[in-house]
Amino acid sequence: MKFIKYLLVGLVFGIVLTKSEAVSWYRIYEMFHFQSFHMFGIIMTAVVVGVVGIQIIKRGKVKDITGQPINIPDKEKGFTNYIIGGILFGLGWGLVGTCPGPMYILIGAGFWGIGVVLLGALVGTYLYGVLKDKLPH
Amino acid sequence: MYSFYGTWSWYVSGLLIGVVMLLLIYFGKTFGMSSNLRTMCSAFGAGKNVAFFRFDWKSQRWNLVVVLGAMLGGYIATTYLSDGSGVNLNPQTVTELQQMHIDAPEGKLLPDALVGEEALQSPKMLAILLLGGLLVGFGTRYAGGCTSGHAITGLSNLQLPSLIAVIGFFIGGLIMSWLLLPLFFN
Repeated sequence: MKFIKYLLVGLVFGIVLTKSEAVSWYRIYEMFHFQSFHMFGIIMTAVVVGVVGIQIIKRGKVKDITGQPINIPDKEKGFTNYIIGGILFGLGWGLVGTCPGPMYILIGAGFWGIGVVLLGALVGTYLYGVLKDKLPH
Repeated sequence: MYSFYGTWSWYVSGLLIGVVMLLLIYFGKTFGMSSNLRTMCSAFGAGKNVAFFRFDWKSQRWNLVVVLGAMLGGYIATTYLSDGSGVNLNPQTVTELQQMHIDAPEGKLLPDALVGEEALQSPKMLAILLLGGLLVGFGTRYAGGCTSGHAITGLSNLQLPSLIAVIGFFIGGLIMSWLLLPLFFN
């Protein structure tokens, strides 16, 4: 039963991303062509809510659901991996219009073709695992 | 323009996504959808050959449950919470897409040109879908996160690496969307 809360959070996430149309290829195209504020508005609002929430958590020393202090790990310092990885990710995002969250959501919504994208993403992840030590980070 | 069974507004949607991220932090976890790809590789046995996949993937089962919930959410939203009035694009966008022979949305989330029945029988389209997925999967792991981990969680936590990654997302997206996409769809 401890998993039910994760199922519910995922459910809300899936509904919101579908109803906001952030899962839509069209909306991603429109975003990259600066032809609508919609996607930028979604991301900016989420980040503003996130910044305020995380500041409250940090300053109020809020405990998590089990009573442990909340610790949000910092990202490792670096540049090369973030910029190159980011650009490769962006190329894929601009092409098929789906980042990892929407992949699952769209398959759930019955877009079976996105299963091919998920397969590609799994292969891509595997390739990264194979090549990791040979890549500049 | 906005309605419950049509398109949800950006401010309500953004607020709820922020809340989802904060809830996962409150549960003692972090919001990151691409981690599940690594978890799935491990669960499929990739750890046998590659050290990167040798970790306790069962500790990540909670995140797979989030994925399951998200899939259910996608089903519920399209089946019960949609009246087919959504995805109203900028008319200029529709015109541009037409020039690339990509059909207008008319309420659909994805173009038939990408995932319609006919498209899925074309080796070229299948290769495009696979390539897109490959780039997303490889890039996200190389960058250490995707839109949820970097653009939402990382930026919210004021992480410079996440800002670099997000700038990368946009450089790549702009190059694809403006320069390469017309080549793929002509």
